[in-house]
This record gives sequence, structure tokens and C-alpha cells, in this order.
Amino acid sequence: MNTTAQTGSRQARPAEVDEAARRAVASACPASDAGELDAVDGVQAALVASPTTADQVAELMRACAAHDLAVVVRGHGTKLTWGRPPERADVIADLSGMDQVLDHAAGDLVAATQAGTRLADLQKVLAEQGQRLSVDETVPGASIGGTLATATSGPTRLAVGTPRDLLIGITVVRADGVVAKAGGRVVKNVAGYDLGKLMVGSFGTLAVVVDAHFRLHPLPAERRHLGVPIESADHAYQVAQAVLHAQVVPAAVEVDWPSRGAGTLTVQLAGIPEGVAGRTATALELLGDAVTEDPTPPEWWGSYPWMDTTVDAIGARATALKLTFALSGLPAVLAAARDTPGAPVTLRGSAGVGVVYGAIAPDCPVEAVREAVGRLRDTCTAHGGSLVVLDAASEVKQEVDTWGPVSGLDLMRRVKHEFDPGRRLAPGRFVGGI
Amino acid sequence: MTALEAVSRVALEILPADAVITDHARLRTYECDGLAYYKVTPGLAVMPETAEQLATIIRACAEHGLPFVARGSGTGLSGGALPRADGVLIVTSRMRAVREVRREDQRAVVEPGVINLDVSRAAAPYGYHYAPDPSSQQVCSIGGNVAENSGGAHCLKYGFTTNHVLGAEMVTPQGEIVQLGTMAPDAPGYDLLGAVVGSEGTLGMVTAVTVRLVRDPEQIRTVLAGFASTDEAGAATSAIIAAGIVPAAIEMMDALSIEAAEAAVRCNYPEGAGAVLVVELDGAAVEVEHEYHEVERLCRDNAAFELRVATDPEDRALIWKGRKSAFAAMGRISPDYIVQDGVIPRTALPEVLRGIAELSQTSGVRVANVFHAGDGNLHPLVLFDDGVEGAGEAAEKVSGQILDLCIGHGGSITGEHGVGIDKAAYMPKMFNDADLDTMQLIRCAFDPAGVSNPGKIYPTPRLCGEVPGRHKEPHPLQQQGLAEVF
Repeated sequence: MNTTAQTGSRQARPAEVDEAARRAVASACPASDAGELDAVDGVQAALVASPTTADQVAELMRACAAHDLAVVVRGHGTKLTWGRPPERADVIADLSGMDQVLDHAAGDLVAATQAGTRLADLQKVLAEQGQRLSVDETVPGASIGGTLATATSGPTRLAVGTPRDLLIGITVVRADGVVAKAGGRVVKNVAGYDLGKLMVGSFGTLAVVVDAHFRLHPLPAERRHLGVPIESADHAYQVAQAVLHAQVVPAAVEVDWPSRGAGTLTVQLAGIPEGVAGRTATALELLGDAVTEDPTPPEWWGSYPWMDTTVDAIGARATALKLTFALSGLPAVLAAARDTPGAPVTLRGSAGVGVVYGAIAPDCPVEAVREAVGRLRDTCTAHGGSLVVLDAASEVKQEVDTWGPVSGLDLMRRVKHEFDPGRRLAPGRFVGGI
Repeated sequence: MTALEAVSRVALEILPADAVITDHARLRTYECDGLAYYKVTPGLAVMPETAEQLATIIRACAEHGLPFVARGSGTGLSGGALPRADGVLIVTSRMRAVREVRREDQRAVVEPGVINLDVSRAAAPYGYHYAPDPSSQQVCSIGGNVAENSGGAHCLKYGFTTNHVLGAEMVTPQGEIVQLGTMAPDAPGYDLLGAVVGSEGTLGMVTAVTVRLVRDPEQIRTVLAGFASTDEAGAATSAIIAAGIVPAAIEMMDALSIEAAEAAVRCNYPEGAGAVLVVELDGAAVEVEHEYHEVERLCRDNAAFELRVATDPEDRALIWKGRKSAFAAMGRISPDYIVQDGVIPRTALPEVLRGIAELSQTSGVRVANVFHAGDGNLHPLVLFDDGVEGAGEAAEKVSGQILDLCIGHGGSITGEHGVGIDKAAYMPKMFNDADLDTMQLIRCAFDPAGVSNPGKIYPTPRLCGEVPGRHKEPHPLQQQGLAEVF
């Protein structure tokens, strides 16, 4: 197993873009000087380029290649600080103008959209025909491209998987400006390598996604939420296992586990009213007397725990964690989160999948955060999973191994080298300094 | 000493003598996979038992620049496991351990030679199964499923192999053992496993696979509906999907394929049907019950003239019998046939079926249609008699034109059988040079020397112009009743 190199100590290079490069970018697409807000995790960009077509993105990438400019892709900027700060960010490729839903073939249960389209806007269009892309909007305002780049997911993943499982076709622009597509617009297709899967979760380090095709699902006619107060880590595990092994076909099994006191485990049942009613009856028998039943989800549903109190008065960031583990690791992970002196951890997420998210408040001492991350990571690793620090304040990112151990890192570096030999796409943002 | 001799010597050092095959007669056993039209006798065949042995052999191949080809059960339908005369065939039939079944984690860890159905058998005592169910599941291997990203009739609801594989231990084309993914979802870093699944053995070989286990449904109902024509059956399919129902499977057969199935297995489908639909519903009992009534209503609304429903396994098997035997049954009505595997957007079904009928009419070549109607995956069976001069060529032409029809409607040249050697020449019709070059970047990262199953998937000048595969006879496994082509 390879271990991620610490890249936090690398000095961010100030963006210097000469006049020729500026002209090349401006001739590719609308571009302007970067302002103070156009920084990527503290790394100031020089230019903001705003292409509106795939051709313009291609032209932009060719211009950046010719002038050795590093490019960070931005959708609506909701997760731009995730990952490590890039080594350089000469140009921000702002794709927020590429916001068209290209196609919704309701009869085929597929849709195509440009990458800059907000997930919520796509859902509005799909809902008109009683359909949805089964990806939760865990970060308000997120674009399709950003959702793919960071592979965000929420409660719905238990039933239908994550963006990787729903993506059926993709168009990308490579670092050298070549436009390429893979997959297609049919749900069943094994022609050629599945390039799309490689792009999902790649943090914009392999290519620029310009449009994507997805398979869709019908909107459930009815949803029911059964909440159980959770007294202990073991209790959470018992309830989660009981639901998973029963015949209730849950749409989601989520846990909310504050840093102290009781937690909640909520089961979502979805589908046709008759089915939901029947399965609710079965589930109620399993869940005991303290269960609550509600058509609407609890307030915390589908949101990351760091969003509760992310930013304090001086703009510090909470430490945002993603923890994964085999299902039997749930009690150990929940218990470990209650044993992090000086850095209380709130956990929330898909107990029925083995993916939960953690938040450590911004005002905790860096050393305590580092120890908490280490302890939780050890627990996740012992249960076949991993811990990634998605985001944190700069001083935390400098002290903590954010990506943690990564298996197959050598192959990943080779993939990166093939796609972006000049390391111009978000260099340093991803695992192992990729 | 030739390179083949050198690798064979390395193999003999670490494997028992009977696991290293150099004898030409024995090697001929492996000359083809499920697509018997293409035949090449491998230069050497080896049967390792462990990942370390397999890695040692691949390292030796890499050192000597010898191509290697992975083979599981040899049931593939696109020639993906076609050996190389100048290379090594690595057979996984001695890597058949189900290492772990973990109910609490809903996972199993299996070796690549494990038979698909054996994973479900191992999970059955816990009330679980492995969802991808290609119709060859009684004989096909998990390693082959990973290579082909296999589907099956039930992938409409449950997804493909790629949605059910969480982790894999893999030997790279350089002979390094790497672990991709784990028991837990979302391993950090690039989703290399997502690229490996479906790469048809061109990025290395998996030596252990961690799969998701799925809870057995409480109830299964299978509905057989007879229609006057494929138009009505297609309209019923659309109505079911539009009603928000996601059946586990929706399969359709047209008149000619029904005729063949009746001749072969007397499945007793509704008499006079121009098309039948097999709709399977599964899930919680109360839901299945409700959906069944909906499906029944929607079928009748779309002029189904006969409906049957099966709830117990025997009755279900009877309904599935006709569908599952459809390919092999072609032998009853035609000496030779080509199995095609194309995909279209489901709503284009009536139009494409008319297009196929026109092709058939103008060419005089008969085409039977069997397909996964729910996801638009067509399996037209192009019938011909190779004894008649020019008939094979005419059938190949029609088969190719059907793929053109699929591509023209925004579909794909393969939904589940893979590209292999059979359809490499069709890839440029679906993808342009830039697309293909970009896919090659992945290949270059994994296998810069090009030793892992070279010549498959992607066209190269020397491979251009190959013809689609003909089924001149049933696969040996079919003849023995061990597998059905689906």
C-alpha cells in the first residue's frame, strides 16, 4: 500500500500570466482578470475564463497548454476548497455558464445536461415528468460537474448507488484540448472503456467534464421516514442490521450521531403508497416503541454535518471528514467518534451503506484534530474502509494527511500522467500530490 | 530458447506439471470461447492456483514481451478470450474458492474462477444472492463477468457487474499485485476499478473480487403476456415504465423466436402470439401484489390477449424456459445463425423493429428478435444456411446493418456481450478517433507494452475488416445442457 505524500508544505506559486497568454485565453472564450474572490483554497488565480460551449473549453485548454497555464475548473464554487490546495491556479475555468439541460427523454428514463447546470435545476426539469436523477443535493447550489468531480452522494445511494452508477455517458475536454466522449445515451452499453467512472471523483485532475448523460428513476409517489432514538453505538448497529436484513427494502438508512448524547437512526421507505404502507408496518414491528413516523425527513437529512456550523465569525472552516467502512464497522466508528479529546466529532450519513461524514468544529486545536483524524482513520481502516479529510482550515490541512493511505497510487499516477502529463489540471489537489 | 519456452519453464517451476499445457492437442481445447467462429490455438496454457503464481507468470510474459489472454469458463460471446498463437492463455479454473461470505457486511470475496451461480449458492443460506445473472450463470466465471461487465435479464432493476463489485485484487500487466477498492464503498483516489470492470481483460487480471450481496426478495411474480404483434408488446412495455414501475426484468420475443422456442422446448406460449412479454416483478410482497395488478391492467389496455402469472419457482421456470432457450432453439428453424447484441433507446423500439423487418424483407434473410425490452438491449438472431452459397455473407451484411440501425438511433454496438475481437471493427462507427485515443490513454497507463489481451476491443489496421461471428453450431457447453445463450 502506498501512502499519500504530504503536499501541504509545497509553496503555492503566485499566478503570473504574461500578456501573450492572457490574449490566448481571451481569444478562446470570455475571460477577465481574477478578483480577490477568485482564489482556490487560498491560491490566487490570475484569470477567470468563462466558456459556454465544449468548443470554447477545447480552445481554452489548447491556449492554456500552449502557455503552460494551470487550470482549476469551477462550477458554482460550492466545493472549491475540497481536497488539497492546488500548487498553482493560473486560470479558473468557470463553467457556470454551461447550464443547459440538453435532453430529457422521459420515455427512456435518461437525460443529458451540460456540466455547469445546477443539480437542483436539472431536478426541476426532470420532476415535470415525474422523474429524478437519484443523486441527493448534499451541497446546496452544486453543479452537475462539481457533483461528478467530487462524487458527492447522500441518503439515496443505498437504493440506487452514487453518480458513478447513474452516469451513462460523458463528454470531456482533455488537458491538450482534445474533446472526447465515452459511453452513450443508453443505459446498457459495454462498448469501450468506461471513461466516465474514471472522471467521477477525480477532482478535476484528469479532464474537464463538459456534459453528462444519466439514467433516471421515477420520483417515488410516497416517502415515509421512521426515526429511532439511538442510545449507543451498538444500538445503532442492531437497528441498522435489523432493517437491512428484513424485507422492508429501505430507500435509505441514515444515522445522525452528535458528539454527545443520543443520536437518531432514520429509515426512509419510498415507492408506491400501497407498498410503502405495507413495508412501514413491517418496519414498525422491528424498530420498537420509540419510533417516530413522518412523511417528511428530519431536518438534518441529506446534509453534511459541517454545514450546521461551518463558518465562524472570522471565516474559519470546520474540518470535513468522509469515513467509509464495512457495515460491521459501524459501532466501532460511532464509538471512536466519542473518544476524540479536544476535537468533538459529529457524524452523519449512510449507516446502511458504510459511508458517514464527520465534522470537527473550526475552533478545535490543530493537534487535537490531527489526533482525532488519526484515531478515526485507524478505526475505518481496521474495518476495510478509509478516512478522507475533504476540507479543513489551511493550518489543519498543513498538519494532517488529508487523503490518507491510497491503494493503487502508482497506477493512479500513471493514469494522471497519460491524461495530463504537464500537470496543469488542478495540480496537487488530489491523492498523492496528483 | 524461445520466449514461450522461457515462460513455460517459469510456469513449471511454480505449478504442477498438469497445470502447464504445451501439448498441441490439449491446447486445442482452448482454441475458442463461446464464439466458436474464431479459433486460435494458444502457444501455452497455464492454470495457476494463487495470485502469486499468476503474477509470476505475467511477470515472465512481460519480461519476454509475450501477450497473455485471460480465460474463465470460455462462455464469452465476442471472442474476448480468443487466445494468441504467440502467447500464453491464463486459465482461472483452479482459482475457485469462495473465500468469505459476510452477511453482516453484505459482501462476499471470491476468486476469479468461481462460477457466478456459486456465489449466490454460497449466500443463499443467509437469504442473500449475487444480483448480476447472465444466462450462462451456471457456468460463467466471476472473472469473466468482471472482464465483460456482465448483465443479465435482471440488470434492468439491479444493475450490472460494475454496480456490484466493490473491490478487486488485480495483477497488472507488469505482474504487480494491487488492491483496488475494498469492502467499503468509495475508496479514495481514481476509480480504477470502474475502468477495469468491462475492460475485457486488457488492463490486467483480477485474482480476487469483493462483491455486494443483495437481499433475496420476499416475493417474485412472473407474468407472461401474449400480444398480436411486437407493436402492442412494445406499447405495453412503455406503459409499464411510464407508470413508474421498475420490474426486475421485461423480456420480449417475436413470432419467429416463439416458433423456434416452441419447436425446441414446447414452452406452450400463447397460441397465435405475434409477440410475448415476460415481466418479472420482485420485492416486498405487498408491493409486488399491487404492481402485478398494474402490469396486468397495462398489458390488457395494450391488447394482450392472454395473461399467465407464476408465483412458485416451477411455474416461473416454465415461463422462463421458452425465453432462455430462444437462442439455442434457432437450430430448430435454421442451420446457422448470428447472435447480435445491440442497444437502442427503448422508445425507438417500434421504429427499429420495423427497420429490421425491412432489412429482412429486402435481403430475404430471416431475423428472429429476442430482447431485454426494458432497457432496449436487442438480440436479433440472423438466420442463414451456410450450405447455400452467399447466404453467410448476406447474413453478415444484415447483422452489420442492424448494428448501423442501433447506432443511428443513438444506441450501442453491444449491451452485454462485449466488443472482443468480433466487433472491434465497429468501434469507429460509434466513437471517433479522439474518443478511441482517449480510451487508449487508460490502456497506456495500465499496459504500456500492450501484452494484456492485445487486439481486443480496439481496432488496429491488421484487425480491420473482420466479420461478425457466426454460430455454426451450438457451443459445446450448450450441447451438454450446461449453459444457455441468453
